Amino acid sequence: MRRIWAVAPALLVSGSLALAGCSTIGEDGGGSDGASSPDRVVLVTHDSFSLPKPLQRKFEEQSGYDLVVRGSGDAGILTNKLVLTKDDPLGDVAFGVDNTFASRALDAGVFAPYDASLPAGADQYRLAGDDDHELTPIDNASVCVNVDDTWFASHDLAPPKTLDDLADPRYRDLFVTPGAATSSPGMAFLLTTVAAYGEDGWQDYWSRLMANGTRLVDGWSQAYEVDFTQGGGKGDRPIVLSYDSSPAFTVADGTSTTSALLDTCFRQVEYAGVLAGAANPQGAEALVDFLLTPEVQAALPDSMYVFPVDASVPLPKEWASFAKQPTDPYAVDPADISAHRDEWLREWSDVTSR
Amino acid sequence: MRRALALAALAAVPLAVLGVFFVLPVLGMVSEGFWTDGRFDPAAVLEVLGRPRVHRVVWFTVWSASAGTALSLLLGVPAAHLLHRRRFPGRRVLRAVLLVPFVLPTVVVGVAFRELIGEAGPLGFLGLDGSAAAIVAGLVFFNVAVVIRAVGAAWESLDPRPAEAAAALGASPAHVFRTVTLPMLRPAIMSAASVVFLFCATAFGVVLTLGGLRYSSVETEIYLLTTNLLDLQAAAALSIVQLVAITSLLVVTSRLRAVPDPTLARSTARPPRVSRADWPGLLATGLVVVLVGLPVAALVAGSLQVGDGYGLANYRALDTVGSRSALLVPVTDALVTSLRTAVDATWMSLSLGLLVAVVVTRRSRSRTERRARGLLDGLFMLPLGVSAVTLGFGFLITLDRPPVDFRDSLLLVPIAQALVALPLVVRTLAPVLGGVDDRQRQAAASLGAGPLRAFLTVDLPAMWKPLLAAAGFAFAVSLGEFGATSFLAREDHPTLPIVIYHLIGHPGAMNYGMALAASVVLAGTTALVMLLVERLRVPSVGSF
Repeated sequence: MRRIWAVAPALLVSGSLALAGCSTIGEDGGGSDGASSPDRVVLVTHDSFSLPKPLQRKFEEQSGYDLVVRGSGDAGILTNKLVLTKDDPLGDVAFGVDNTFASRALDAGVFAPYDASLPAGADQYRLAGDDDHELTPIDNASVCVNVDDTWFASHDLAPPKTLDDLADPRYRDLFVTPGAATSSPGMAFLLTTVAAYGEDGWQDYWSRLMANGTRLVDGWSQAYEVDFTQGGGKGDRPIVLSYDSSPAFTVADGTSTTSALLDTCFRQVEYAGVLAGAANPQGAEALVDFLLTPEVQAALPDSMYVFPVDASVPLPKEWASFAKQPTDPYAVDPADISAHRDEWLREWSDVTSR
Repeated sequence: MRRALALAALAAVPLAVLGVFFVLPVLGMVSEGFWTDGRFDPAAVLEVLGRPRVHRVVWFTVWSASAGTALSLLLGVPAAHLLHRRRFPGRRVLRAVLLVPFVLPTVVVGVAFRELIGEAGPLGFLGLDGSAAAIVAGLVFFNVAVVIRAVGAAWESLDPRPAEAAAALGASPAHVFRTVTLPMLRPAIMSAASVVFLFCATAFGVVLTLGGLRYSSVETEIYLLTTNLLDLQAAAALSIVQLVAITSLLVVTSRLRAVPDPTLARSTARPPRVSRADWPGLLATGLVVVLVGLPVAALVAGSLQVGDGYGLANYRALDTVGSRSALLVPVTDALVTSLRTAVDATWMSLSLGLLVAVVVTRRSRSRTERRARGLLDGLFMLPLGVSAVTLGFGFLITLDRPPVDFRDSLLLVPIAQALVALPLVVRTLAPVLGGVDDRQRQAAASLGAGPLRAFLTVDLPAMWKPLLAAAGFAFAVSLGEFGATSFLAREDHPTLPIVIYHLIGHPGAMNYGMALAASVVLAGTTALVMLLVERLRVPSVGSF
């Protein structure tokens, strides 16, 4: 009998822990009443979305709406979520659908038209085939092959320049890339090769690539941080698939130790759009406009590792010096990507696991 | 009749929770695959099952999970003997530390593993990178502790006298083990094996990261089909394969487990010191320590690396939002969120687990009743065997209208984590409750105590320590959960594993260092929780 009372303190402690805020209950506040509220804007996005708190507050002050951000998963998960919930949308506005998934969302009728006025230079990022202006370009980043210049200097070897070089025996066992099936930059690289070698030629290129000792890993972190010679884990591969902005993150003593090969790039553009059936379409449009303001555009490189679509905003110092963008990246028609994704991934899996 | 009603009443709450937060979402997602354009079309799903690729994927899942389970048992059982039946300094710390892998995010473990076995790593000469052997090693890394704890707990309370008697009659140690000890341990070994098999068969990151993309399992395939290709028919087909396989596994293991519970014959004898005859245990424990210790050591070393030297800068940066404000909240805030979420997940899974444990351990009067209780027992194991992405998408499409509009609720994360922890909680509580002699309850009843009073005076005293121990387990599971959490967590309230994932997925030496430092903090917090649980010294913690 006495031992029962020994439990009482434990129950008391846990009860008071919950009351003292060691629990998430009671935190819900205005968050529990779904999307149907006219005085707030619900932004649905992916887990890489990150806008500094002061900017989020600024939007709330200017527009008079509370901003609620719901972000999880990558661009693919985001797109599929939007498609699956299109009859009862998760929010008012979405950010983060990119040009490799955009067609799927457009075909499903996820977005409502909204023709935002674009800043200088942003027109070139519009999605081909989006004639109703359902998607507004917000940022872009190109997936490019990166090389460790210090490694090539110390090995007396000229760094590769083109896609063909990667299959050249001189660069045998030097390249590491995330796979297309499991990684968004990996998929972009597959699309690069589709654009470069044609719908019937890329399979042969990949055979040569694999025969030349290319290492495949599951994601960008593995490729860059573990296998790349300039990554956190000091790996053994001096050629890696990464982004055009990556050289800005390897600056030492006023110079970057890596560079991006600008003839191997595929440009990913991220879009924002008002969701069809949004409870607060005005608020959604206000947020799309806000994402295009110079302040947000200028904050993009530091908070989301991407380039703004506004050509007039200044870039951070390292970016201005070391992050060079390709002038003529490879491109594949979004409708083609949507139609062939399944087939290309299957063929790619066959070629690379042979 | 009254018994049936009482059973139904006790089971109602856990069943309702499981129904709303598991059965409904999974059914919702699977039916998306069966209905194409508003038309019921099962033929398309069945057609998927005929694809050669699906056969390959299922075959790989079965053999890699079997190999992972077998190896975990091979190492875990002798190590359990040493760590739970022998006395040596530091064994409690060792037991707590060996549980750390259980909660580490796979993305970090993947980095740590590949820094060791990659071609540039110190173990690169083994040529393990991207091989099936590496996948199996990863599976063992994550799961061997489950075997050690489950089997160790049962072993600890085994009566040593039958084995001693057999030895005195001249049986060799191997003979004693085979004919006396093993049969008594079989229930514990079987239930550990079933849980480990479930964990192995649904492993996701390990297969992709360590297998170098050459292998796919049912789980990775469902992920690819759902998140990338939106091929819901194929995903539904594979989800059904998963459910059928898990159900049959549970049926088989519940049969094999159905022997009198060895924890009934409790022994309190002080364990003897380590002797030369313990070489199998020493060898296995040594291998486990190397397997678990090397990647963890690589992780700690990486977290201390600053530029070309060593320092604590990565740890000092944890209360910032990163060198370029890459995070919305500092890592320390994420730790607080993680801890608060874990408090909720813990009380949720404890209350549900307690109810389930009571329901499944009460003596059955009829065969139907026993069947019903066995069915319930298995039902609550299912969340371990279903893909987190199926569940995550299912939440979004089914829990979207009143009265169950939870899509925006902060409580969704602890609820999902509680469901993951529930099988472990039930497996910790059920053996203890099952070990309470029913005659004590009858005595209490005949003295005039109602069912509640009888529970308070008979059952609760026997289980308040196991309850606290299960609490520690649920807490740790919640701290480490990534799959479902990444789907449901809100941007402004990320948990620690999510922040680690975010940090390691973006360029910058500082981000990488901070991710490793944050993982060490997560591991340390977990080890601390486990050490506190160890202090309670409950024989059935982790006894599945």
